[in-house]
Amino acid sequence: MRIPEQVKRLAVVVAVIIAGVLVTRFYAIPRSLVSTDLHRSSTVQRELAKPVKFAGSEICQGCHEAEGIKKNRSFHRNLSCEGCHGPATQHTEDPMAVKPPAPRDRKFCPVCHAYDASRPTGFPQINPTVHNPLKPCIACHNPHDPTPPQTPRACSACHAQIERTKAVSSHALLVCTTCHTVSEQHKKAPRTALPSKPQTREFCAKCHGKDSPQKDPPKIDVTTHGTPYLCWQCHYPHLPEGRG
Amino acid sequence: MNKRDFLKGLILFFPAGGVLGALAGELDAKETAPAQTGTAGAAPKPGPKAYDPKAHYYGMGIEIDKCIGCNRCVEACKAENDVPREPFFFRTWIERYVIKKDGDVVVESISVKSKASKETAQEDSDVLRTFFVPKLCNHCVHPPCVQVCPVGATFATEDGVVLIDSKRCIGCRYCIQACPYGARYLDPRTKTADKCSFCYHRVRQGLLPACVEVCPTQARIFGDLKSKASRLVRFARMNKIHVLKPSLNTEPKVYYAQLDGEVR
Amino acid sequence: MSAEMTEGLSELLEQITGFIYPNEIEIHWSILIVVYPYITGLVAGAFILASLVKVFNVKDVQPTYRLALLTALAFLLVAPLPLLLHLGRPELFYEILLTPNVTSAMAMFGFVYAWYLMGVLLLEVWFEYRRDLIVMAGRERGLMRWIHRALSLFSTDTSEAALAFDRKAIRAITIVGIPSAFLLHGYVGFIFGSVKANPWWSSVLMPIVFLMSAIVSGIALVIFLYMMLAAIRKEPVDMRCLDTVTSYLFYAVIVDFSLEALDFIHRLYESEESVKILGKLITHKLFMSLFVLQILIGMFIPLGILVVAKWRKLNEDGRKLLYFTAVILIQLGIFSTRWNVVIGGQLFSKSFRGLMAYKMEVMGIEGFLAAIVLLALPFVILAVLIRVLPTKRLVDEAPGPA
Repeated sequence: MRIPEQVKRLAVVVAVIIAGVLVTRFYAIPRSLVSTDLHRSSTVQRELAKPVKFAGSEICQGCHEAEGIKKNRSFHRNLSCEGCHGPATQHTEDPMAVKPPAPRDRKFCPVCHAYDASRPTGFPQINPTVHNPLKPCIACHNPHDPTPPQTPRACSACHAQIERTKAVSSHALLVCTTCHTVSEQHKKAPRTALPSKPQTREFCAKCHGKDSPQKDPPKIDVTTHGTPYLCWQCHYPHLPEGRG
Repeated sequence: MNKRDFLKGLILFFPAGGVLGALAGELDAKETAPAQTGTAGAAPKPGPKAYDPKAHYYGMGIEIDKCIGCNRCVEACKAENDVPREPFFFRTWIERYVIKKDGDVVVESISVKSKASKETAQEDSDVLRTFFVPKLCNHCVHPPCVQVCPVGATFATEDGVVLIDSKRCIGCRYCIQACPYGARYLDPRTKTADKCSFCYHRVRQGLLPACVEVCPTQARIFGDLKSKASRLVRFARMNKIHVLKPSLNTEPKVYYAQLDGEVR
Repeated sequence: MSAEMTEGLSELLEQITGFIYPNEIEIHWSILIVVYPYITGLVAGAFILASLVKVFNVKDVQPTYRLALLTALAFLLVAPLPLLLHLGRPELFYEILLTPNVTSAMAMFGFVYAWYLMGVLLLEVWFEYRRDLIVMAGRERGLMRWIHRALSLFSTDTSEAALAFDRKAIRAITIVGIPSAFLLHGYVGFIFGSVKANPWWSSVLMPIVFLMSAIVSGIALVIFLYMMLAAIRKEPVDMRCLDTVTSYLFYAVIVDFSLEALDFIHRLYESEESVKILGKLITHKLFMSLFVLQILIGMFIPLGILVVAKWRKLNEDGRKLLYFTAVILIQLGIFSTRWNVVIGGQLFSKSFRGLMAYKMEVMGIEGFLAAIVLLALPFVILAVLIRVLPTKRLVDEAPGPA
């Protein structure tokens, strides 16, 4: 069979195109441009060459040993130095020329310690507007060992919210220790030495039982009222008149 | 325009582009050539014992109950990785969830301050529970972003970190569309995609990622899944673990403990 | 980073409702990515109309055959431009050819495009026009003679045997071409349909819906161009052709609508995790473009118009007027379809908790004006093509146009 004339012409064009593409792809272009492996390894190299700005806590202890020891025994033991002092690689390279900042004003500590409902319970939080207003945090707390020398204003220092609630309740005049026994250890490790809670109905009945010598408190008959629950399972003792 | 001219144009155009690119590429290749052989395993330069990427597989654990939403991680990340400071580009960020008693869920990113966002959550009697959730690139085992990248500029390393070759990213943003977690953004300076790299440059030096380094409550745990003694493996063993959007089968390597079902 | 951009993003930040991931504020695929599937859809649709003549021997449609081919070619040449302009680093586009990632749907673009352009469309055009090119070159002098000779690859054989081969070749190419046209646009649908992170896109029906809407828009465009061309040349319109093509258009719209309705009902019925936010999306953000433009103005009204035109036995001028109105509305509707897919898919957060806003630029490389230019460009190319390649087969004695 005769090959039509137009097919021959077309075949030349197609052949030139295909040859052009193949030559370009396999000969003209250097391997560095089409090799996925080379691209990847050079990306990794570029990534590794990026400067490290946070030097890491370990290197700090080399010079600042005392601060390190102090911090590692305190509640701030898990904090990285650079969490407060900022990225310090340059400081490690030239300690005299570059000094990392030490935040001293009242704005900084509340970043972590201001009361926020979303924060986990048990995390120490304060209300910055009422907690010793205008005083810099470091006046009472050493950031490397933040436990204050003595617990000021006793319980309300940490349990300010309970204190405020109680202050407007009919239990306002009761001190915390009326109901809670608190060990000295609780001030140092609040979660490991918990204060006691009243464990009997008779405890509340001392004031609220119908036989109680106290005149003002509302009276109930402990033997029938709300058995078998403990009183605080229904009444919130810090605001007993609040809804259940 | 006719067929022949067009074809001719095509023949000239593509190779011409290729050759130009090649020249540019070769310059780079020369600069990085010794380094390249370094990773290939030949390791001519002296240093600590050769790093074997196959022996590691990195992941991160996040303990929701420890996060205090202080944003130190977000700021450290921006500083360490030179992320644009404007509040629209994040390699990692923190979300606040507020679950109401009636089932309503209010979420906000506390790393972005908009007019609507409050400084702190108000104590609200109809709140059932509220908590913070740190987010970042999940460095998925089956990353959709890697699957869709037309030029192969984003890829997973053998040690389980998803990286981006910013020199070859063409800025098509298909990866941004494909990421179910919103972890990617287009760097406005380079017009290329960018995201968390697990601070690969730090990790390879034995340091922790910047966000993990500064986290005051150790809500973030970084580690090697291949080392049974690592903190991450212990964390995974001791906690009930969830990942984000498991139904998409991306197999994230950021593991959450105490994750609420509302988080996605 | 420019202050302008910060300002723009801050403005968008205020328009967000609900919660979005902080990186989601920017809408990444802009109006240009709306234009891209719209244009490729026109290519595929026009080509499929052309194939009706050659493969299925629908003689009535013959007058639109060459016009449909040239339309497909003109639009195909522009199709990659919106993609290119949209890239963050357009100068690096060749990377997609050097190291295409085999798992990426998008990486296949270069190959699908090259195949369709060179393996199908240019070949078919060449075989269709070869005889005419030779005839024209024989009658002309000067530049045009050389252009036509070069285009025919200096071929001279107009024997009956050679022409018979041309016809066979065209038929063979068309048979390959139909699946290729399906591939070209089905593939565009796949780019969206395969994004599992995005429930608005992720649908196995996406390629098919894209394809049907492509056929609708392509046929409507060729009808539009055919009528415009006849008006410009002051020639009579072949009403038999027009009636046949519009009935194809009618059925295509019906199928397209059924598919989209199926997709919609399926989503509603399965009612997955995303159904709430998608409901908010279509009622808050896409109400105008989806219900009013796409479905009412772009589908129901043209369908009604076509029904009226067919069954009311209107006179020719009345039918022409109705057809012309219908095809314009259909174009509007299909453009809205593309808008709703591309922009709509980016207006809700992947956290399924919030909606974003898209503010179209006017100037700028990804703006409204660029889109208009890109949409006008194929018509310019088509005008040039028609000057070089006549839309009517040359009769031996007739003088060639231009």
